[in-house]
Amino acid sequence: MIDLQLVLDNRELLTEGMLYSLQLTAFATLGGIVLGCLLALARLSAFKPLSLLSAAYVNLFRSVPLVLVIFWFYFLIPYFGFQIGPDKSVFITFTLFEAAYFSEIIRAGIQSISRGQLAAAYALGLTYPQTMRYVILPQALRNMLPVMLTQTVVLFQDTSLVTIIGIKDFMGSTSVVASNNGAMTEMYTFAAIAYFCVCFPISMLLKRLHKRIAVIR
Amino acid sequence: MDLNLDWGVLLQESPTGDGPYWQLLWTGAKWTVATALTGWALALLVGSIVGVMRTLPYKPLAWLGDAYVEVVRNIPLLVQLFFWFFVWPELLPREIGLWYKQDMPYPEFITAALALGWFTAARVAEQVKSGILSLPRGQKNAALALGFTLPQTYRLVVLPQAFRIVIPPLTSEFMNIFKNSAAALAIGLTELTFQMKQMVEYSNEVIVSIAAVTTIYMVMAFAVNRGMAWLERKSRIPGMIGGGR
Repeated sequence: MIDLQLVLDNRELLTEGMLYSLQLTAFATLGGIVLGCLLALARLSAFKPLSLLSAAYVNLFRSVPLVLVIFWFYFLIPYFGFQIGPDKSVFITFTLFEAAYFSEIIRAGIQSISRGQLAAAYALGLTYPQTMRYVILPQALRNMLPVMLTQTVVLFQDTSLVTIIGIKDFMGSTSVVASNNGAMTEMYTFAAIAYFCVCFPISMLLKRLHKRIAVIR
Repeated sequence: MDLNLDWGVLLQESPTGDGPYWQLLWTGAKWTVATALTGWALALLVGSIVGVMRTLPYKPLAWLGDAYVEVVRNIPLLVQLFFWFFVWPELLPREIGLWYKQDMPYPEFITAALALGWFTAARVAEQVKSGILSLPRGQKNAALALGFTLPQTYRLVVLPQAFRIVIPPLTSEFMNIFKNSAAALAIGLTELTFQMKQMVEYSNEVIVSIAAVTTIYMVMAFAVNRGMAWLERKSRIPGMIGGGR
């Protein structure tokens, strides 16, 4: 089923691929959380146009497939004259796409904090940024941590989709090895097992974390 | 910057031989819907069975259900698509495998529907399980105390309530299967995103192609959303908070 010799012979290509996937995941997670945080705050803002704009952004990205979004930027970035190459442009794609999902998680996290906290912070004379920074976000982050980490595992799996536009991420380099050596069965089985070995232990840990950090009210 | 949008391109003949570009997109939309719906039927069937299995008092069955869900949820969809397309026929007995590779009608469509179905089934199973577990324990215990057998308890008491509870979370899974079907372009299914790629490459009308396809996806998402909202209203359980949640 698995040709270990073939895997060993191509270990450099495969390791590079895995590193690329991990980089993309880390970058999109951090970028997505920062942008998602801004989107969530905009969504909850009392200033209507800002809130509508953020809602439109989130709904647009959540109603189309990630594959489609990958192609948007794949075609649009060169169309507007930026020659940065697909392996760099997907970093933008994934950040913008994930921001929509992270913003929904963060919004739910913020909304899970009781109104009394907000009122108390204002009553103590804290400004809006101070209230967010010292009172609301620390509690909200704790509540949403497990969901966010789960989303990161999903994101890691989704990065495999960049294979479609010919990028050599882990899945992409597996495909290259598979077609160069006529070893579809062996290499795709290997890819499935490798992804499972990365994601399963993390998922299990997250399940335990989920139980430990229950929503505090 | 001059964008030069030419919306008329949608009416022009495409070089693929499938008629004008709008028809290219229409064919793509049909494949997307067909794949999503076929996959969804499989996902509902398998997901319900696996979901119920995971709540049964027989350890091996529950373990088997859990194992299935964990395996499917921790392997990317694209890898699963490739598995069903390239690896699966090799695992079948020789003759069936050959037929699968050479003579099966619409191989991309069937493979994509199968892969999406099994993939989504794990998510459906998760929802069905939590739906069953969210019922008050008394429901099951009362049914058993009244002398119902376990199958009767599930069929007459637990499942009719659980299925109505899981409809709202299933809405987002139903939406996801439409979106996930786009990944099937990797095995050559001519669904909507695949057709957009073709249209961009042949016509060079980047913005028009993207706008048209994105609009179609948004219309689909909206239709699914409204349809499920209607179903949700129809299936509320009276007496529960939020009418069924």
